[in-house]
Amino acid sequence: MEALLSLFVRSIFIENMALSFFLGMCTFLAISKKIQAALSLGIAVTVVLAITVPVNNLIYHYLLADGAMAWAGLPDLDLSFLGLLSYIGVIAAIVQILEMFLDKFMPALYNTLGVFLPLITVNCAILGAVLFMVERDYDFTESLVFGIGSGLGWALAIVALAGIREKLKYSDIPQGLQGLGITFMTVGLMALGFMSFGGIDI
Amino acid sequence: MESIKETLTGPIFKNNPIGLQILGICSALAVTSSMKVTLVMCVALTVVTAFSGMFISSIRNHIPGSIRIIVQMVVIASLVIVVDQFLKAYAFTISKQLSVFVGLIITNCIVMGRAEAFAMKNPPLASFMDGIGNGLGYSVVLIAVAFFREVFGSGKLMGYEVLPLATDGGWYIPNGLLLLPPSAFFLIGGFIWVLRSVRSEQVEAPEFKIAKHTAVGEGV
Repeated sequence: MEALLSLFVRSIFIENMALSFFLGMCTFLAISKKIQAALSLGIAVTVVLAITVPVNNLIYHYLLADGAMAWAGLPDLDLSFLGLLSYIGVIAAIVQILEMFLDKFMPALYNTLGVFLPLITVNCAILGAVLFMVERDYDFTESLVFGIGSGLGWALAIVALAGIREKLKYSDIPQGLQGLGITFMTVGLMALGFMSFGGIDI
Repeated sequence: MESIKETLTGPIFKNNPIGLQILGICSALAVTSSMKVTLVMCVALTVVTAFSGMFISSIRNHIPGSIRIIVQMVVIASLVIVVDQFLKAYAFTISKQLSVFVGLIITNCIVMGRAEAFAMKNPPLASFMDGIGNGLGYSVVLIAVAFFREVFGSGKLMGYEVLPLATDGGWYIPNGLLLLPPSAFFLIGGFIWVLRSVRSEQVEAPEFKIAKHTAVGEGV
């Protein structure tokens, strides 16, 4: 239990997807002008991560890993080279299913998330989290905790950045830094701030 | 011929994928702490972008519009698997250092973006050139960032000593900050600043214009 809690805190703060691994940067920079939009995107990413990471974990352990097909009578089969293709396929499929499900049963949430849902397929935070899960060899529970934690961490970072950018609008910024440039600098400072969580250990 | 040259060189400075189109930033930041790793990453990305452009463009008339994203994804993912297996076989240590970032070429927006924006509308050869051009544009930024980070962060370039470190009896005290993640943001921010100062047409208009100071006695 303690190990899971530690993993949860670590994936939110210390190993923050956006600020220490730079994952999901494209959307992170593009959709952080308004807090409202940032919050919707953050929720969407968290939901998708919480589903895709555990599902891909099952797929890896029961279909792709070396000897994983033993249950089907094929103990010598190693399909791990198909990993990338299957993960991205699973992510795309889950995003599609989630979209249809929300459209049917939770139209309010569907409208809030709007265009962001399909965008999430190509958000590298999702694929990145899945690849980290495989690389660090998490089991099912750990992958669930890791998925939720890293999603929350990403959401936290994008909402914080949107808050800063809303204020920053009224600042007098040098010509060439206007827009993208100053956003990079801001994110750099935020990343420095998040590094101070580095020593926390539960 | 002229237009092919233009597609090749355009993205390097005039329409840089990182500086202007805001594409493919994730990996640009993460793999730049040493030059060797960066070069491998640049070559991998350029190869994938160029070939995915060529393949997608050669089947572009047969892809139904509604499933084009999935088809593009499959082509790109297969190419990335080839690159990944190749690196694992011939450059194992570097592939370990790149860890998940080779796989993340799949979701690198440069590859997807060029496939969708250019390869779907142009013939194979032009798409191939466009892929190489964008790959080079990406490489220019990455190599510049990696150069600063490695030289000033650890006093080395490609693993060879350039600035003798104070700890080994030299004179240079390395700036540890440059090896940490945040420095990449500052460097790319600075790069964009320089790029936009030279080419002022790329400057974004401010969202909110600050009023001039009121002169003495005017505001009352």
